[in-house]
Amino acid sequence: MTVTEDRVQASGHSATDREVGKSRKRKEDLRLLTGRTTWTDNHSLPGMLHMAILRSPVAHAKITNVDVSGALDRPGVIAAFSGQDFAEEQGVIPCAWPVTPDMVNPGHPSIAVGQVNHVGEAVAIVLARTKAAAQDALEAIDVDYEALPVVLDMEETVKDGADLVHSHTESNTSFRWVFDAGEAGTGTSTDEAFSGAEVTVSRRFIQQRLIPAFMEPRSSLADFQGEGVTLWSATQVPHILRLMIALSLGIPEHKVRVIAPDVGGGFGGKLQVTPEEFLVILASRRVGKPVKYTESRSESLLSAHHGRDQIQYIDIAAKRDGTVTGLRVRLLADMGAYLRLVSPGVPILGAFMYPAIYKFPAYNFTCDGVFTNKTPTDAYRGAGRPEATFAIERIMDELAAELDMDPMELRRKNWITHEEFPFTTVAGLTYDSGNYEAATDKALEMFGWDDLRAEQQQRRDAGDPIQLGLGISTFTEMCGLAPSRVLGSLSYGAGGWETASIRMLPSGKVEVVTGSSPHGQGHDTAWSQIVADQLGVGFDDVEVLHGDTASSPRGLDSYGSRSLVVGGIAVVKAAEKVVAKARKIAAHLLEANEDDLDFKDGSFSVRGTPDTKIGIQETALAVFAAHNYPEGIEPSLDSEATFDPVNFSFPHGTHLCATEVDTETGRVTIRKYVCVDDVGELVNPLIVEGQVHGGLAQGIAQAMFEEAVYDAEGNLTTGTFVDYTIPSATDLPHFDTANTVTASTTNPLGVKGVGEAGCIASTPAVVNAVVDAVRHRGVNDVQMPMTPERVWRALQGDQDSERAAEGTNAYGGATTEDEKLLDTGGPS
Amino acid sequence: MRRIGGACMKPPVFGYAAPRSAEEALALLSELGYDGKVLAGGQSLIPLLSMRLTAPHTLVDINRIPGLADIVIVEDGSVVVGALVRHAELLADAPAYAALPLLRRATSNVAHPAIRNRGTTCGSIAHADPSGEMTAILALTGGSVQIATSGAENRDVAASEFFLGPLESCLGPGELAVSVRFGAAEPRSGSAFLELARRRGDYAMCGAAVMVTVDEDETVTGVRAAYLSVGPVPAVHDLTAAVAGQHVGSADWGAAGELAATLVEPDGDLHASSDYRRRLVAVLTERALPQAAAEASSRSQEAA
Repeated sequence: MTVTEDRVQASGHSATDREVGKSRKRKEDLRLLTGRTTWTDNHSLPGMLHMAILRSPVAHAKITNVDVSGALDRPGVIAAFSGQDFAEEQGVIPCAWPVTPDMVNPGHPSIAVGQVNHVGEAVAIVLARTKAAAQDALEAIDVDYEALPVVLDMEETVKDGADLVHSHTESNTSFRWVFDAGEAGTGTSTDEAFSGAEVTVSRRFIQQRLIPAFMEPRSSLADFQGEGVTLWSATQVPHILRLMIALSLGIPEHKVRVIAPDVGGGFGGKLQVTPEEFLVILASRRVGKPVKYTESRSESLLSAHHGRDQIQYIDIAAKRDGTVTGLRVRLLADMGAYLRLVSPGVPILGAFMYPAIYKFPAYNFTCDGVFTNKTPTDAYRGAGRPEATFAIERIMDELAAELDMDPMELRRKNWITHEEFPFTTVAGLTYDSGNYEAATDKALEMFGWDDLRAEQQQRRDAGDPIQLGLGISTFTEMCGLAPSRVLGSLSYGAGGWETASIRMLPSGKVEVVTGSSPHGQGHDTAWSQIVADQLGVGFDDVEVLHGDTASSPRGLDSYGSRSLVVGGIAVVKAAEKVVAKARKIAAHLLEANEDDLDFKDGSFSVRGTPDTKIGIQETALAVFAAHNYPEGIEPSLDSEATFDPVNFSFPHGTHLCATEVDTETGRVTIRKYVCVDDVGELVNPLIVEGQVHGGLAQGIAQAMFEEAVYDAEGNLTTGTFVDYTIPSATDLPHFDTANTVTASTTNPLGVKGVGEAGCIASTPAVVNAVVDAVRHRGVNDVQMPMTPERVWRALQGDQDSERAAEGTNAYGGATTEDEKLLDTGGPS
Repeated sequence: MRRIGGACMKPPVFGYAAPRSAEEALALLSELGYDGKVLAGGQSLIPLLSMRLTAPHTLVDINRIPGLADIVIVEDGSVVVGALVRHAELLADAPAYAALPLLRRATSNVAHPAIRNRGTTCGSIAHADPSGEMTAILALTGGSVQIATSGAENRDVAASEFFLGPLESCLGPGELAVSVRFGAAEPRSGSAFLELARRRGDYAMCGAAVMVTVDEDETVTGVRAAYLSVGPVPAVHDLTAAVAGQHVGSADWGAAGELAATLVEPDGDLHASSDYRRRLVAVLTERALPQAAAEASSRSQEAA
């Protein structure tokens, strides 16, 4: 059943004046785009010192000596410290997601004591009167390292006898997390499905390491006074950070205030509790002065957490007619040198999405999280779900090729039809709504599929050096993180609710305090639209406050496409409380029974005598004066609400990509990109489109451009934007975007979340298109990023040489020896 | 001379001077010797400073010196570009385009508009980056660099002598490149420029600048090419042997490409291996030559 009608409509505005649904320009953009705002690095305090960090130039070594005395002689330097100086008080960088009871967490210091485990790890700090003086003085610090073997290759690290990243652990494996549909009762186990399968296809895919590369580098300013600290930080998660500072550093929670002022992007990269944040706090406490640290771009690329970096072994079983019968996934997930805030949970979030929109009867998933001497990984836009979507959408194309079937026909044969919702998948999720047929039909029409197929055939027949390929991604994702009970069942360290409060000011203007701290998404605008409808006040009458734990004490912040779906619904709930209370007071003032009042366009009127009315904003003034209000009611119109969702939301969509592949140079050009996303109801279509565009850019970047590369010694060789090749607008095609709307049934706005959709969906569409363009030349995969050279090498059949070989071959396929496969790190 | 930096900026501390005349600049550079570094557009130097990869004692900023910003078309058709001419100015200069269309074709591939607005063609050549577009053009056109030194006559150094290695030229301490001269196009010739980069504006994985000359019967008489990013210096290769005597309409450009691939010795890096660059040399050559030949052909018809 598809629900599109039975939703609670906002009460405050008549349908024609509804703010929700309008493409309002973002009210925060004037200050953000003109620089008339205060980023963390713009803050200065009297007596403030600047911190610079000496970072390890080696990937794995014992530290035998650190001598900071030379730095103290440099002009402007106030203090310099090594890790040893904070050894007793630095706590550990927290990991809030112990995915298994026996997960090995080796402990993550803010600053290395005795050993470094990746290039870029903090080894010493200098505090000086100017940033440059601090930076200059780093040169005067002497550190002696005693080299240890460097562990980089995941498939090698899990072998018996491999060198260890952490000498006090038994192996480089942090955890093994398993989901089996047979054991969970959500389906059957996979052994039978595969042993009796008519067709199986197996692939090994590489999810290359990526760098979130947010626009504003990370910056933190700590002012430790008395027993407490105020920390300004460019973070996505001020509330989580506050709690973790209290728990990890032992500073009482009520003495910790975290302020995230305007934050310039995050993409998950600022969903973290960072060593740098802890270090400014420790340093400020030690010297009794405010301490600020702002990273350079080079430091950011090296030391802010990275994303992706998984090796995926995926097997699919099917009947000859294309009906899928089983799915088996084994992952190696690179944690890097340490576990950070949600590092282990990232691949686990993906576990539920491999079956995607398809009706698999059998499913098994196993993930090993492993340590290497690299920068830790953690959330990056999509966090687990892009990896899952990539693998399933790629292997559906490979299965179609194996069956000689049209890849869209194969999908149609297996996807959940719109009549089948709500549908519980083999991974145990219940998809509340969706209409894959509608999104697909619309996308196919916009794309001109048949004409492009005809052109593809012409080019093949003519032997054109420029070949054309068509790629599909019919994706879904789970977002709106998350129902607290579900998070509890996954051993996550917190809930998934969100709070909002509304303050009606005497003049009738409205302040909305949200616990969902934005970093550029447009909360001010979207929340204003929601509140304008709910209360029947003007869009401009609403001010949104966020990002300061002193003014918004409770919140779980912004990540996982949760802001609107959880935080926005909390705003609705808070507004409903305001209206409910205002109704009582209005009834009193109008000398009417509250049940006889209608609330429309911001006014309460007595049913039958519509001229007898009072506006909610006038009511606010009456409440402020408090001269006349009902007995037993407090004179205020403020409210607070906490919303804990009952389910995830499940955006979906169909993305279609046409690529031209220059078979002589390997160069890929995106000819056409069409996406039809169903993200439920749209609060602000302009913001939705912006989120989709940005997501597409990042998803296409994974397919074609970006990769964090380490050399054999563990140095990050892509340490600048010259070599870490983020695409700009000129490298990307025009995007043809559209929406279908199948409302979410689990929240009153019918919204689903859009922050990650474009990033999750686009990567496999592009790779599928490239493979489709050259499949007739014997190519069945190209490893990401599909650089011109990789495509060219694949066309030479040169899949065994150099880097082009990684991941491009179908591996032999797992039989029943799954355990052996993982224990030996994959087939040799 | 002021010493700035360090206190408020990313680069290491350096001295700074802004002379008002060429004489003053040359005297200063002569006095500083190896301690002096010329600052023109700064599009290579400033990033190197900001990443602290270089720490010159004193920057000699030549931007205030009059008379260095001219583009002059010489009677023989060569184009002289002054030390302060920005890439964007050369790109937009109609007389320069008319005289030597290859200049615009190459300049439009130099980095991004913001960099072209500030960076200078002369500075790019003095930087001697073998992945630079304009170094290749200077080499292909048989151009030269005019070098001034305090108390001496200007010397004119041919491109073939100027480039010594990656980021290394024959510019010595105390010397200033005051202009570069791109050699005139031959009669009945045409040119083309193609490059392949990971992203628009990136250093090319490989680039090819080619010139084709024909006779009045439109028979190919000369084919020369210069390549980016495939050697320590911009190398010019004569590919005439592969297609000499063939008619422009039916010449075996592929053979010229294959010949070129045997002549280059590229190094590999993160973005492209040696083998792949060599293949790009062949492909880009094969694709650029017919474009150049078409222009040569039409020039030839105009001349007739």
